[in-house]
Amino acid sequence: MMQRFLNDPDDVVDETVRGFVKAHGAQVRLHPSNPRVVVSVDTPRAGRVGVVTGGGSGHEPAFLGYVGRGVVDAVAVGEIFSSPTANSFADAIRAADGGAGVAVLFGNYAGDTMNVKLATRMVAKEGIAVATVIANDDVSSAPLDERDRRRGVAGEILMWKIGGAKAATGATLEEVQAAAQKAIDACRSGGVGLAPCTLPAVGQPNFTIAPGTMEVGIGHHGEPGMRIEPLRAANDIADDMLRIVMVEHDLPPGASVAVLLSGLGATPVNELYVLYDRIESGLAERGLRVHRALVGNYFTSLDMVGVTLTVMALDAELTALLDMDCAAPAFGGW
Amino acid sequence: MALANRDLGAVVAELAAVIVAHKAWLSELDGRIGDGDHGANMAKGFARAADRVAGQDLTLGAALAILSDVLMGEIGGSMGPLYGVMFDDMAQALEGRDVIDIAAVDAMLKAALAGVQAMGNARVGDKTMIDTLAPAVAAFATHRDKGAEEALARMVAAAETGRDSTIGLVARLGRASRLGERSRGMLDAGAVSCCLILTALAGSLTKRLD
Repeated sequence: MMQRFLNDPDDVVDETVRGFVKAHGAQVRLHPSNPRVVVSVDTPRAGRVGVVTGGGSGHEPAFLGYVGRGVVDAVAVGEIFSSPTANSFADAIRAADGGAGVAVLFGNYAGDTMNVKLATRMVAKEGIAVATVIANDDVSSAPLDERDRRRGVAGEILMWKIGGAKAATGATLEEVQAAAQKAIDACRSGGVGLAPCTLPAVGQPNFTIAPGTMEVGIGHHGEPGMRIEPLRAANDIADDMLRIVMVEHDLPPGASVAVLLSGLGATPVNELYVLYDRIESGLAERGLRVHRALVGNYFTSLDMVGVTLTVMALDAELTALLDMDCAAPAFGGW
Repeated sequence: MALANRDLGAVVAELAAVIVAHKAWLSELDGRIGDGDHGANMAKGFARAADRVAGQDLTLGAALAILSDVLMGEIGGSMGPLYGVMFDDMAQALEGRDVIDIAAVDAMLKAALAGVQAMGNARVGDKTMIDTLAPAVAAFATHRDKGAEEALARMVAAAETGRDSTIGLVARLGRASRLGERSRGMLDAGAVSCCLILTALAGSLTKRLD
């Protein structure tokens, strides 16, 4: 039995949000009437497009850690691994609205898609224009010709960064939507799981990964991967992951990429750097230059042992937007 | 069949009682192939709706709209919007009707199916609530000229057959799809809750026919 820091497991989401807002009060605040919505202190800005996301809890610092200046304006928070309500998405949209419309940038999951659809219907009656982009960067979740079935994973972070930066330039809703769509279209992600995660209220892993094996292509909630095979050395796993995400990237030598390597919650951070050492070398061998690397626990899955690798192809516009100044709890800073 | 719409708000409380009574069973079924929260989420939403309609003189449509608001607004996940839209579209199908007759029930059931299909992407055979709902709605329409009692009984029988068909199916959508072949052999929790709702609805209408 794994030992965890819990009170009543049913309170874990409320306690997480309360603690998060207390810890990061300089950057975020709780919505005045909805305890499942976190808003940037910088929001709303009159005449500027708002950026909203949301999703189930258990992925911290996603989603609420990306609320801040120049990234996401407001986040809807769901139960563990369960979509936020339509009301919470609607309240996040209202909070982010500065009169120029709101871009809702979220991952391709059934519950999130339905609740955003309902929220859009609710705020439309109030005259708020909403544009959506649905992230589908996980290459293992469906073949390329069924890309609309692919799930969104850590590439969402780069989509939020690009969308938020575009909104900060004063762009229109259509331009923000186009930039966020371009960002996620430039991302390919793949995950590897070494051990499963446990929902606090359930108390035991909700799936298994046999000792000595790993699951290549695993999803952020333990959705099935492409293959289960014996655990190998870190360099072999890094090579394999890089191959998986680079298959659909057709990049000429000299091209620039952004790399995001996120732990899934229970992987020691040093092991992320062990993997990144090899991944960077693999990219260099392909003649590619890493313009920016993010290595750490950026998008987790409770206590899953594993990682997600995201490689984003950059052009001049995406590079400029990626480099724009921002401040959010998950991006650190002092 | 001709029931006064204004007398039927209590039907929603009767649906809620059935869902709350089966909370543990729904969670147990969901726990075998899903994440185990179906019973708790459904019971929470239906119990809240029952509290809000209690003691009020509501039409069936108005009570269904309250149930929908709670499920859509406060439950989240996938079942919140799916059942939320289903009950909202059922309520809309009853708008302006003083009398609930066979045509009204038929329209309400067809709206339920259309609502769930517009919200989710499931088809018959995907091991979801649609496996219960689609054949039940079709059965009522097919047998509506035999009278309300017979048509409702046929609807319940089709719902049960549909629910049980999920035992032999492999989940293609939702969390249960993770298990692939291993999801075969077990009931889908959404198909079961949908059958409970349709059965309770039929029971509530039938007992008022006498």
